[in-house]
Amino acid sequence: MAQNPAINTLRSPLGRVRGLGSARGGTHHWFMQRVTSVALLPLTIWFAVAAATTLRGASYEDAAMWVQQPWNAVLLLALVGATFHHVAAGLQVVIEDYSKTEAGKLVGILLVKAICWLATIASALAVLRVAI
Amino acid sequence: MSMQDSREAAMIGRRTDGTTVRRPLSPHLQVYDMMQMSSLSSILNRITGVAWSAGILLLVWWLVALALGEPAYQTAMGAMSHPLGLLVLAGMTVAAWYHTLAGIRHLNWDIGRGYEIPAMYRSGWAVFIGTAVCSALTWAIALFY
Repeated sequence: MAQNPAINTLRSPLGRVRGLGSARGGTHHWFMQRVTSVALLPLTIWFAVAAATTLRGASYEDAAMWVQQPWNAVLLLALVGATFHHVAAGLQVVIEDYSKTEAGKLVGILLVKAICWLATIASALAVLRVAI
Repeated sequence: MSMQDSREAAMIGRRTDGTTVRRPLSPHLQVYDMMQMSSLSSILNRITGVAWSAGILLLVWWLVALALGEPAYQTAMGAMSHPLGLLVLAGMTVAAWYHTLAGIRHLNWDIGRGYEIPAMYRSGWAVFIGTAVCSALTWAIALFY
């Protein structure tokens, strides 16, 4: 009896021959969402502890001094970068799930990406300006 | 248009005899009991993710204010220590802990573990209780430490 060819992928045959899945892309988006989530576990807990202890009610000088610590500046940049990558990826999936039209989906995703990029750049510039 | 076509192509399957068949749509959300552990914990993960996405802009504000100088920093800190600001921060703490713990639950699923129904209930309750404990602990440290 002839064996059927084994299918060990979730992508449809049509999607595979076109090189596109139903999301018109591969698993990179999904995978990077997991990678950033793993990175955010220690980074978020680190910042939450700092916010609840050193930074709560900190004076301007104390807050600036905290950001100026080399490790804090580096980890803040990492936190902001990973956070907004994860936010953009997560909100994109939410928009893809609920938008009724292609136009609405496109505008929504681009808007989210624009806000995430600007927030990342503004935060990074702020950290560097205080730290350097 | 190819966008529409690829979406349409995904709706067409084949029977075992090779004839094509239109795939069924999954049942509408409203047929499910949304308050059971599986769906409730999933929906809450999405809601807390969206809430935290909005809330994290406070961190951007705080950083930018710090870079702008003392007056801007005092304005930001004043807003965040206002009762309403504290309420937002408290809500964010709960959302952040829920999303973090539910995220660990998801990562465990991603490596193929914990799919059995009893395990799913156990991890779901662990996330709920963990959220309450970690949120309370965070604010206990912030207020009294």
